[in-house]
Amino acid sequence: MQQVKHKMPEQAADQRRRNFNEVALGYEAETAKAEAARCLQCKTAPCRQGCPVEIDIPKFIKNIKEGDFDAAIDEIKTKNNLPAVCGRVCPQEDQCEKYCIMGKKGEPVGIGRLERFAADYAMATGREDKVDVPAEVLGKVAVIGAGPAGLTTAGDLARLGYKVTVFEALHAPGGVLMYGIPEFRLPKAIVQREIAALRKLGVDIQVNAVIGKSYTIDELLNEEGYDAVFIGTGAGLPHFMDIPGENLNGVYSANEFLTRVNLMKAYKFPQTGTPVRVGRRVAVVGAGNVAMDSARTALRLGAEKVYIVYRRSEEEMPARHEELEHAKEEGVEFRLLTAPVQVLGDDKGWVKGIECIKMELGEPDESGRRKPVPVEGSNYVLDVETVVMAIGQGPNPLVQDTTPGLAVNKRGNIMADETGATSKDAVFAGGDIVTGAATVILAMGAGKKASAKIHEYVQNKKAAR
Amino acid sequence: MYNIVKKEVLSPGVLLFDVAAPLIAKKCQPGQFVILRIDEDGERIPLTIADFDREAGTITLIFQEVGHTTRQLGALNKGDALLDLVGPLGKATHIDNFGTVICIGGGIGVAPVYPIARAYKQAGNKVISIIGARNADLLILEKEMAAVSDELIITTDDGSKGRKGLVIHPLQEMIDAGMKIDTVMAIGPVIMMRSVADVTRPHNIHTIVSLNPIMVDGTGMCGGCRVSVGNKNKFACVDGPEFDAHQVDFNGLMARQRMYQEHEKMERCGGGSCKCNK
Ligand SMILES: Cc1cc2nc3c(=O)[nH]c(=O)nc-3n(C[C@H](O)[C@H](O)[C@H](O)COP(=O)(O)OP(=O)(O)OC[C@H]3O[C@@H](n4cnc5c(N)ncnc54)[C@H](O)[C@@H]3O)c2cc1C
Ligand SMILES: Cc1cc2nc3c(=O)[nH]c(=O)nc-3n(C[C@H](O)[C@H](O)[C@H](O)COP(=O)(O)OP(=O)(O)OC[C@H]3O[C@@H](n4cnc5c(N)ncnc54)[C@H](O)[C@@H]3O)c2cc1C
Ligand code: SF4
Ligand code: FES
Repeated sequence: MQQVKHKMPEQAADQRRRNFNEVALGYEAETAKAEAARCLQCKTAPCRQGCPVEIDIPKFIKNIKEGDFDAAIDEIKTKNNLPAVCGRVCPQEDQCEKYCIMGKKGEPVGIGRLERFAADYAMATGREDKVDVPAEVLGKVAVIGAGPAGLTTAGDLARLGYKVTVFEALHAPGGVLMYGIPEFRLPKAIVQREIAALRKLGVDIQVNAVIGKSYTIDELLNEEGYDAVFIGTGAGLPHFMDIPGENLNGVYSANEFLTRVNLMKAYKFPQTGTPVRVGRRVAVVGAGNVAMDSARTALRLGAEKVYIVYRRSEEEMPARHEELEHAKEEGVEFRLLTAPVQVLGDDKGWVKGIECIKMELGEPDESGRRKPVPVEGSNYVLDVETVVMAIGQGPNPLVQDTTPGLAVNKRGNIMADETGATSKDAVFAGGDIVTGAATVILAMGAGKKASAKIHEYVQNKKAAR
Repeated sequence: MYNIVKKEVLSPGVLLFDVAAPLIAKKCQPGQFVILRIDEDGERIPLTIADFDREAGTITLIFQEVGHTTRQLGALNKGDALLDLVGPLGKATHIDNFGTVICIGGGIGVAPVYPIARAYKQAGNKVISIIGARNADLLILEKEMAAVSDELIITTDDGSKGRKGLVIHPLQEMIDAGMKIDTVMAIGPVIMMRSVADVTRPHNIHTIVSLNPIMVDGTGMCGGCRVSVGNKNKFACVDGPEFDAHQVDFNGLMARQRMYQEHEKMERCGGGSCKCNK
């Protein structure tokens, strides 16, 4: 048997670095069947313990192997409302595939690629989801935030028979899937198609509704007649470094940079209304997925030189390996063990460079990673016109600030137990707003657990009445 | 979709729209703003809620045509609709009975000052308003401001109406005359707000300005609206838009507002192909 995964067809690096089309092209049916045939159909299915939404992985893979692609997607959809998204952006290497038996001797089965294949096949053939929503309405639930956590909660509750309204602050649902992750990794049309499927389940999505402003949580519960509320407002508050020059023109948070490009389609400016400014040379500070996305986006907008500036070494980089490799292939230059100390401006207030200092790794810190320490006198300047700060995000405070009785921790994240229950009656929360910036699938997993708990809560309350 | 139910031209390039938005009309307070998008390819732009009618379910927007989106907006008519309208955003003005309040509006800045002046008046303050413009034609909301002020002073740069000069001149005179001033609220071009701050700072007069940095989401997500206030980064959309004038880094704000000037030229002049140099 083949020890390595079937290769993922991709756009060539020298072409894709200048367009926004998807990088990974997806398996053909024959490749998918061949990859599925690598699965040993283990009785114990260790892969499943790594899946936060508990997909029956061997079962759907068997369907693909047998060529019954419709059965495969039906199986996945019983657990996962967003398979075309997850098949593209989940860190499978740390989840299902990490536990796959095949990975012991060679490479694990390409579970994520197969999930993507099944989802894309269903979309291409126009297959409709099986919609069997109960006729009886069990209750009314409000979901705040249309990111993966909120959408998952909404879908699961709708299937159970709840009337669900999702309130989303932006003009398009999807959360980070729409405004953060770039088109070349996750085409926005795919996100919208998965959301359309949710609407078919009867989920009402109200955009342009900022909770804390349009309504407060207490108003939703006490005046608008919702039995429960789920908060999935994500980690959308950009961090800055507090170094001199950070407010110069040409310094963006990754969120602003990516939002302009993804949600507002600035790459089509001036056909679209929103501009984005990318200089000839760009420095991106940070080394997570957000940083890789920003760097690769800058290249696609025409930058000649794009640097990743990161204070630790490659080993500590939080980005997915695949994204890192893609960025390298496309020509992003890595300045590792390097930290910015200030952004330099010209006399008109525009960025003209970023001053950096070299670092070396010292003793391990609390996180167990070796702590970077500056090398005295090693300062140098990178000439750039644009700086993107991709050093992390915190919780958006709008809801917490307007909801008395909702406990938050010292970082501002909402405190919730593993079922999603918060300190406030009838209020549940999950996803990045609880955990801090994490992953799509963890947010979805939290949404699944919370929807089960909300169901239990509402039925108990009704029974007690 | 949000229907435009009324359109009025206040002065050349300055338009007033009433837009049907019942939920926003129900909730909004003076000092807050909305973000709108005209169509699918449109930019998100912030505009202050200049007035609201909770019963009719409408809000009033007053804006100046300065660039692509505001001009596109100006071309719409009664009966047309906006695709997206989100709000009310930002913190409401802190309204209380302070005593004597000076409300200063420069140019289009009179529009956001108006509901605030009215609220101050309703709260029992003595309201003295100073409104200014380059010339008489550009002066807006004179009648409305007069109706909510105990005294209204008008200034124009060229003297074509009211006093010749800048809005800070009458303010300076009141201060020099030893008048007791409890709060100053100033909204207008950044240069104007900066000079108001310069005038009141030596006398320690509590002064509030409403800032208008470039915004995208308006919910604290992009960080594009950050301004330095008291040497700390604040997001104007959620921490503001009103701040203590004596703490604001106005120079930084002015530089940031120029961020998209070149792009706007490109947009206006057919992708830079024309040579009009506007
Ligand atoms: C650039 C980028 C790349 C990433 N790449 C990956 C990846 O490859 N793989 C992966 O697994 N994860 C990735 N992540 C992380 C992942 O996207 C997040 O962990 C996930 O989206 C969290 O989901 P969520 O539902 O908790 O929040 P979000 O996706 O942040 O959604 C929250 C939603 O709530 C809305 N909202 C906020 N406040 C309010 C309010 N007051 N009222 C109404 N609505 C509100 C927001 O507008 C938003 O739409 C990436 C993140 C970023 C930023
Ligand atoms: C909280 C807030 C409230 C506002 N309220 C009003 C209002 O009530 N009435 C009104 O007329 N305008 C108001 N503005 C300004 C308004 O949003 C801008 O004029 C508008 O975004 C310009 O868009 P545009 O596409 O037409 O012009 P652009 O093509 O984007 O820009 C044209 C010119 O306007 C300048 N400009 C761009 N954005 C802004 C901005 N945010 N503030 C100031 N100048 C800008 C540019 O530097 C450029 O010189 C407000 C801004 C904020 C942040
Ligand atoms: S662990 Fe790997 S080989 Fe075993 S069932 Fe799961 S995917 Fe198939
Ligand atoms: S407009 Fe994006 S943070 Fe204020």
